[in-house]
Amino acid sequence: MTIPVEQKAMKVIVFQLEEKEYAVGVQFIQSIERMQSITRVPNAPSFVKGVINLRGVVTPIIDLREKLDLAPKEMDEQTRIIIVTLEKYDVGLIVDAANDVIDLPVTAIEPQPEVVGTVASAFISGVAKVDKRLFVMLDLEKLLEPIKRGDTNDG
Amino acid sequence: MDTSQYLEMFIEESKEHLQSCNEQLLALENHPEDIGIVNEIFRSAHTLKGMSATMGYDDIAHLTHEMENILDRIRNEQLGVTTNLLDVVFQSVDVLEEMVIDIASGGSGKKDVQLLVKRLKEIESGNSSIEETAATTVSDVEAAQLHYDEFERTVIAQSLEQGFSAFEIQVELREDCLLKAARVFMVFEVLEKHGEVIKTEPGVEQLENEDFGQRFLLVLLTNESVDKIQSLIQKVSEVEKVSIHPVQNEAAPAEEKVIEQQLGSQSETGHPQPEKPVLSERGNQPTGLHAVSKTIRVNIDRLDGLMNLFEELVIDRGRLQSIAGTLQNPELTETVERMTRVSGDLQSIILNMRMIPIETVFNRFPKMVRQLARELDKKIKLTIVGAETELDRTVIDEIGDPLVHLIRNALDHGIESPAERAAQGKPMEGNITLRAYHSGNHVFIELEDDGAGINREKVLEKAIANGLVSPEMTDSMTDHQVAELILSSGFSTAEEISDVSGRGVGLDVVKTTIESLGGSISIRSTSGQGSLFQVQLPLTLSIISVLLVELGTEVYAVPLSSIIETAVIHRSEVMDVHHQQVIDFRGSIVPIVFLKDIFDLPREQQEDDYYSVVIIRKGDQLAALVVDSFIGQQEIVLKSLGNYLQSIFAVSGATILGNGQVALIVDYNALIK
Repeated sequence: MTIPVEQKAMKVIVFQLEEKEYAVGVQFIQSIERMQSITRVPNAPSFVKGVINLRGVVTPIIDLREKLDLAPKEMDEQTRIIIVTLEKYDVGLIVDAANDVIDLPVTAIEPQPEVVGTVASAFISGVAKVDKRLFVMLDLEKLLEPIKRGDTNDG
Repeated sequence: MDTSQYLEMFIEESKEHLQSCNEQLLALENHPEDIGIVNEIFRSAHTLKGMSATMGYDDIAHLTHEMENILDRIRNEQLGVTTNLLDVVFQSVDVLEEMVIDIASGGSGKKDVQLLVKRLKEIESGNSSIEETAATTVSDVEAAQLHYDEFERTVIAQSLEQGFSAFEIQVELREDCLLKAARVFMVFEVLEKHGEVIKTEPGVEQLENEDFGQRFLLVLLTNESVDKIQSLIQKVSEVEKVSIHPVQNEAAPAEEKVIEQQLGSQSETGHPQPEKPVLSERGNQPTGLHAVSKTIRVNIDRLDGLMNLFEELVIDRGRLQSIAGTLQNPELTETVERMTRVSGDLQSIILNMRMIPIETVFNRFPKMVRQLARELDKKIKLTIVGAETELDRTVIDEIGDPLVHLIRNALDHGIESPAERAAQGKPMEGNITLRAYHSGNHVFIELEDDGAGINREKVLEKAIANGLVSPEMTDSMTDHQVAELILSSGFSTAEEISDVSGRGVGLDVVKTTIESLGGSISIRSTSGQGSLFQVQLPLTLSIISVLLVELGTEVYAVPLSSIIETAVIHRSEVMDVHHQQVIDFRGSIVPIVFLKDIFDLPREQQEDDYYSVVIIRKGDQLAALVVDSFIGQQEIVLKSLGNYLQSIFAVSGATILGNGQVALIVDYNALIK
């Protein structure tokens, strides 16, 4: 008996930041929203863009580029907000574009290589190579640790 | 079918019965000669025993059984009520509570009860047998007619030949019984252990669908005695009455011996006429059964769901109002006004539904005070006033711990030892009064004691030692200000850390909790005469009135409960005192806070000559918040910022405005130091 390879794959949502592709398991994704008006939250770290009204739930939005220390970019037609659901809260991530759902074979995922790239490596759980595309896997738990008082502006 | 679906009901009822045991035990302590109270406890214990045995919780059944024995002996005046006895019974109730809580949190409800059982047995000391509990009366009852078909007649005849008896059993459920099908199932489960049910009236399907009045009939083939069956059924909760008589041979004369058993002290002839009103009769009972009104148990999640939906409605209502305001169409305006009125009524009903009497929090205090008083060797009388005062469930859930803390504090630090009290000419017994009442849009909870009060010198000494105040400041401080010091963090006046209230956390925790609920706490104290802690809480936490203000392009909400008034002042009225800008507001100096600075917004280059200010209050301190403009007053739904953004400075939450945008709520507590 052989187990089909497909069963050992995980579904991920692929999104872009600075031409690079990132992947997050679909089980964490609640929805993908278009850009909308955000209410600024003062005295929060600067990567927190504010909060939106997501169907009656006040949901915080963070700018993923800023969180990962990437250069800022103007919002455009492609900009999306990925609503991520963690155990205790939902957070929206602003990304350049999100348009792909793929099956990632588990075997293609490797731990983060030692050589550190441009992205703050603490938030990366691994990389996956499929065909000729390279996906950066994000560690959402670490990326989205709750913000407490004292984490001031430049956190 | 299994019992798991009744688990929730079992837990709820067990808690109620245990609470009633607790209350009655306390009452018994004060009136040891009142057999009525003993009966009441007995009834609760007995029901609990029956329920737990049915559900298979043997340890609970075992322990309650022993408790019952003791109570029975008290009732029959074979035992006197002593403190020692009550202690053991209290302990038993505690252990029972623990077991029920264990079951509620998914445990097995098992616990070693041997020791307690042994102690109970020692007290009981001997050989008393358990007598049947409720009053048994024998009377003639007209039997409801059952018609048997041929097959059933044959079965009955055969079993009679084999030495079984056949009984027609009429079970009447209490009128306020909620899950009749569950009770039917429990009755069936009990009976089927001891025989076979061959017929029911109405049919099984109707019984399962609760498609019957208060009573149902069944025919049981068994070799148990009438009394045994009777007591078995009676152990099922909410069974009002059981009457059993043997199945008559069709030809036999209609002479019947009927044993009728009633729960409770009601005397009512068992005329099988359904829907008999018994409400008034119950209301007059002296032994304090709960007054019966038509109620329905609703899962709290459903109420929360309803509330959430209504919140959505309030948001849309706000939106409609603003649209109607722009369009100026008379018909639309009228409709919106009507809708606003109706939804306003709806709102008060929904909010009312979520209200719970504060009793649910208060009722654990008498026992706690009793225990603490004994530990501390003090004589203390707790008086509770206004336990029926209602509060939103969310507030009720949070207020318990702060109150426990305050009461412990009053017992430990407030009330003096009997000797000290006697020396000061006070009665040996200290008084603590816990009071709750409504006033305006708030609920007040007060804790008053006639103890030592707050010792100004001691408090100041301590405050100076802890660096809370400087020695120079002390002279100018009012007694009131000194009293408030004990709520500051890192303050505890007890010279030695005691088990009771000195747990390393001070009253500041109480203050923080109460403020997080949108309330406030204040202290009045007279040295040597006692203190009064007053807690002020909002009636509800989910829908509040706010003043919407504009800062640049952003909209913020200031809770109306904190606002004293709004004003427009000329910039020349702002004065500089010790590097702080203040204004003179009706004779008092009020610090002025530019909200734009707090919220990182740029101030305009060309400032107006006039400032719009909102005067807010926290306790007896004021502050003036400068805003760009006032938008207006609105009812809003309070939303949390969620767990990701924890404690953002000066923001206490958010709300969704009529236009779908999120507005932040200003945390005035953070703005007044």
